Amino acid sequence: MTTADFANFSNNAIAFASLVYVLAFLSHVAEFAWGRNVPVTALVREPVAVGASSTSREVPAADEPVVDVSVQRVETFGRIGISLTVLACLLHLGGLVSRGLASDPIRVPWGNMYEFAVVGAFGVTVIYLLLLPKYKLRWLGLPVTSFAIVVLMLAVLLLYVPAGPLVPALQSYWLVIHVIAAATGAGAFAIGAMASLLFLVKERAERRGTVKTTGYIARLPEAKALDRVAYRVHAFGFPIWTFAALVAGPIWAQYAWGRYWGWDPKEVWAFITWVVYAAYLHARATAGWKGKAAAVIALIGFGTVLFNFVGINLFGSGLHSYSGLD
Amino acid sequence: MRTALILLFLLALAAIPGSIVPQRDVDPFAVGRWQDSHPTLTPIYEVLGLFSVFDSAWFSAIYILLMISLMGCVFPRLKIYWRGMRARPPKVPRNLARLPESRSFMLDADPATAIEHAGSVLRKKRYRVDVHPDGSASGERGYLREAGNLVFHFSVLVVLIGFAVASLFGYKGGVIVVSGQGFSNSLSQYDEFVPGALFGPDDLSPFNFTVDAFDVEFLQGGAQAGMPIDFSADVTYQEAPGQPERTKVLAVNHPLDLEGGSVFLVGHGYAPRVTVRDGEGNLAYEGPVVFLPQDASFASFGVIKVPDAVPEQLGFEGVFLPTYGFTMERGPFSQFPDALDPVLSILPYEGDLGMDSGEPQSVYELDKDQLDVLKKPDGSDFRLDIALGQTKQLPDGAGTITFDGVDRWVKLQVSDSPGKLIALGGVLLAIAGLLASLFIRPRRSWVRVSSRDGRTFVELAGLDRSSGGDLKDEIDELEKLLQQHADGPNREKS
Repeated sequence: MTTADFANFSNNAIAFASLVYVLAFLSHVAEFAWGRNVPVTALVREPVAVGASSTSREVPAADEPVVDVSVQRVETFGRIGISLTVLACLLHLGGLVSRGLASDPIRVPWGNMYEFAVVGAFGVTVIYLLLLPKYKLRWLGLPVTSFAIVVLMLAVLLLYVPAGPLVPALQSYWLVIHVIAAATGAGAFAIGAMASLLFLVKERAERRGTVKTTGYIARLPEAKALDRVAYRVHAFGFPIWTFAALVAGPIWAQYAWGRYWGWDPKEVWAFITWVVYAAYLHARATAGWKGKAAAVIALIGFGTVLFNFVGINLFGSGLHSYSGLD
Repeated sequence: MRTALILLFLLALAAIPGSIVPQRDVDPFAVGRWQDSHPTLTPIYEVLGLFSVFDSAWFSAIYILLMISLMGCVFPRLKIYWRGMRARPPKVPRNLARLPESRSFMLDADPATAIEHAGSVLRKKRYRVDVHPDGSASGERGYLREAGNLVFHFSVLVVLIGFAVASLFGYKGGVIVVSGQGFSNSLSQYDEFVPGALFGPDDLSPFNFTVDAFDVEFLQGGAQAGMPIDFSADVTYQEAPGQPERTKVLAVNHPLDLEGGSVFLVGHGYAPRVTVRDGEGNLAYEGPVVFLPQDASFASFGVIKVPDAVPEQLGFEGVFLPTYGFTMERGPFSQFPDALDPVLSILPYEGDLGMDSGEPQSVYELDKDQLDVLKKPDGSDFRLDIALGQTKQLPDGAGTITFDGVDRWVKLQVSDSPGKLIALGGVLLAIAGLLASLFIRPRRSWVRVSSRDGRTFVELAGLDRSSGGDLKDEIDELEKLLQQHADGPNREKS
């Protein structure tokens, strides 16, 4: 295949990946639609409800056949959703690999903003799929697939640039290390933000006593479990972000620009992100800041990540201007 | 903790203006442009230190307070940790069933063997263990979590020290060198120079180098035509006068590392070579003039000053277009960044360049106070479009200008950041501490045995001292290990 073929293949793979993410999203919607009238207790055997309220409730005998069919459908659609997410993730990977092959000489597929966005969305999906079996994260299926769809759509519509070689500043193996670490850290922060947001929703419902026996909020794990997942994902992301922003970045900057830290706008925001997540970890250990306040800080943290990616790349100036857009 | 939290927020907030307002240390030209277009705000911003946020008193105050709060937090904890580390595991609580995780079961082995075995199981799980004579055992593990936490906080100080060393003893300078010309490392050679607080000009290492050639390759076709794919400069250098000459290919990401400084290739551009003769036919100027690129097409802006021209001084201001293009809408523009069809498009001026007043002048700007643009007979500006090799007459016999050739220049940064390894070591230490403090689980476990109906009754319980640990799995595993003993006392050896 020629580079042009690979470039076409990459575009098609990303388009198909987006399509399959949409199908995965619809399956998860169907999963929750079928579960709408099913009491959470009827679903207690299946993974999505682990950690949910375990107080047993009497299910009216007359409803049981309906409930049984629904329980089965919920399970089926949930599994289809995950299978489709895996398929979309593989297509996504194919799109990335062929994007790298579409350049002569071949290179890592993250050299401009379109590619950063595609890689970022891929990181989020991969982290979700990797953590899924251990932490029983199927309740994240809906937000994760929506995130992937939105990011890929924006990337293709607004950020697309044709495949091509790297600008000289990016021709370094530190590009591989720095960007993989930054994407992994940011991906973990994205998942953490979703968990923190759902924690806030669930916590509020629990506090007001409005958690029903059915519905999306009822089927989320209890607030305490959501908080724990959010913490673990952030705790995983924070050291990786530290490495990306404060080790790999500065070492490369020393080679490329002759200074390891120069308060370039992107560096300023990477630092702000780091400080905000440091505050999140502190807040979790501070009386009066646990729970709600910490979750809000985590969301602010992810806001700074997004601003750094979108705001600074597109509107800012500085040395990290690799959007490839005019 | 609350103080630290608030200071962290303040630090994050205080950094924001540093990314919005142009910073003197990052881009002094951007600061100048911003100040020109915001004359009313400039004095206010100046007072607030918004053009150098990261050196400002208020930013420093925040991080110094944060460091004080950090030390105030870490030192007492250090003492507690020291005591805790040497302490024996805590006594067995009276009622083990009331702990977050507890189990009880019966074993066939006699109590003395059972508790001894329990001790060895806990030790094998890397607990610090005390077996008490009353048939109970306490274990504690995960001491490194707090150590990691302390190391993390301590290493923030190390990073700060590394930063301080660089800003005291380091320097950063920038210079534009036209291909074929040389540079020796002394203060007068620099276009811009930012020394550390304790760095003197005499501390500059005496290296020198010549830029022999510069190569740049632009993408010729395709959607991203005009993007540079490679650029590099061949340099010949000496570590000190009298030392042997060496050569090196300087490229982005491939600096030249020398004793007391490194040389980085950070940019490039064009320096058209011109010859100017004045109204009397004398050679008034000859050589390359550095033009600064304005955009990715390398359309470059610059001025040519000819103070030696008589009867009046001459000046030129305009653009260099590496590959000339023209449309009625845009006027002259550059189609491609490589020098395929170079044209100088300039306006000539006549009068006093203002260079004799003694005030320093930018080489990239004309002081037009006492200059008049030369006009055509019809009164319009006398714009000159000079192709390579052409000579053009100035009006009214003011002289001639010849576009002889195109040289290239490189923007080099020379800098030294001593202490960078201190900072790097600090961050790596911080990450190690962070990993320990996030992932090591401090736990206490207790076992008590007693005789009951001729068998041994075992109680096991645990406590996780960090929030959200998976204590249940740990206690399950301990239970399994303790029960294995019931199947045969020798199993533990296998």
